[in-house]
Amino acid sequence: MNKPKMKSFTEPKTVTDYPLGATCPSDHITSINAGWRTYRPVIDQEKCVLCMRCFLVCPDGVIDKSSDRLEIDYDFCKGCGVCAYECKPKAIKMVKEAEFNG
Amino acid sequence: MMPKITAKNLTNDELFYGHKACGGCGESLAVRLAMKILGERTFASLPAGCMSAVSFIYPNMAFKTNAIITPFASTGAVAAGVAAGLKALGIENTYSVGFAGDGGTADIGLQALSGAIDRGDQIIYFCNDNEAYMNTGIQKSGLTPYGTRTTTSPAGENLPGSVTTKKNMFEIVAAHDIAYAATASVGYLEDYMMKVEKAKSVKGTSYIHILAPCPTGWGTPSEITISLAKEAVDCGLWYLAEYENGEFKLNKDPKAFTPVADYVKKQGRFKHLTETDIEHLETQRDKKWLKMRRDWNK
Repeated sequence: MNKPKMKSFTEPKTVTDYPLGATCPSDHITSINAGWRTYRPVIDQEKCVLCMRCFLVCPDGVIDKSSDRLEIDYDFCKGCGVCAYECKPKAIKMVKEAEFNG
Repeated sequence: MMPKITAKNLTNDELFYGHKACGGCGESLAVRLAMKILGERTFASLPAGCMSAVSFIYPNMAFKTNAIITPFASTGAVAAGVAAGLKALGIENTYSVGFAGDGGTADIGLQALSGAIDRGDQIIYFCNDNEAYMNTGIQKSGLTPYGTRTTTSPAGENLPGSVTTKKNMFEIVAAHDIAYAATASVGYLEDYMMKVEKAKSVKGTSYIHILAPCPTGWGTPSEITISLAKEAVDCGLWYLAEYENGEFKLNKDPKAFTPVADYVKKQGRFKHLTETDIEHLETQRDKKWLKMRRDWNK
């Protein structure tokens, strides 16, 4: 997985802790988007034909194709359902988040 | 002939990641894929708009490359300045790109873009067209089509929503005799990626206008973004074309259009449209296509 990773961040305590000027480091993500999700896409690896359609159409780029099976970065998936809708072999199911969190 | 870019040979590296765009955002997909094709040596300039609002939330920064927020009216000017700076410093093999929305391109940023094209600055300008000012809460822009309900063009007894038609940005840009211009849709991603790849090797200014549905502003379920953008092309309300060497080229000429009613009825912003309004949209469409088919290369 070569996706950008989340960085740790401590809230500035005083005004001098804030960065000076208008520049900030790039690739600096301090919070995840997982909480946005109502439904979670789950890939059925048996049905997946590795056409990479979901990888292409994901607006958040959370599908990783570097290994021999596709993996979803659930930290940043917003559960929009584009991948499941576009999947021709219907290998992606949208499952209610509540089923994972009890 | 350029090698075709497909989902299989597209890089796995993400250069636009962890942004806070709404689920199913078409515009963020357009930026994500463009960044993947352009690569790490890209300098992005973004005016006020959704894409800067979702990626530059302190202390978050979703771009992995250099990126800057420009004043609203000056995407073209800032991108041109970045290109000039890179040239002066002798930094080679880089791209200076602008990612603006439809309002930032067709209304507020039009003169800066026009100036950049006029000077032939070495920039690639993307217009991510979601057909209204979505970031500020769905106000009508110059690229909002006829009959769209927005907060500043409400639909009711007297008005069918927006009464103006979509500004013809592609031909406005082409009229500058630009080096390369193209229209695209997130429904036809291979076509879009080919156009971005082509723009990389253009000497002078390139302009890519991509139609990107906005589930929030269009009142559609988030999962249909891609298929809706495809349908926009299939029903003839949007088209895929290119302009280079002074010639227009139609990339896709459908034999028969899918019904406009099917396309508009899926969207909350068009829900109020009557049959007469839809006929009006079809008449406009047919007029446009008659001209394109007659005058443009295929």
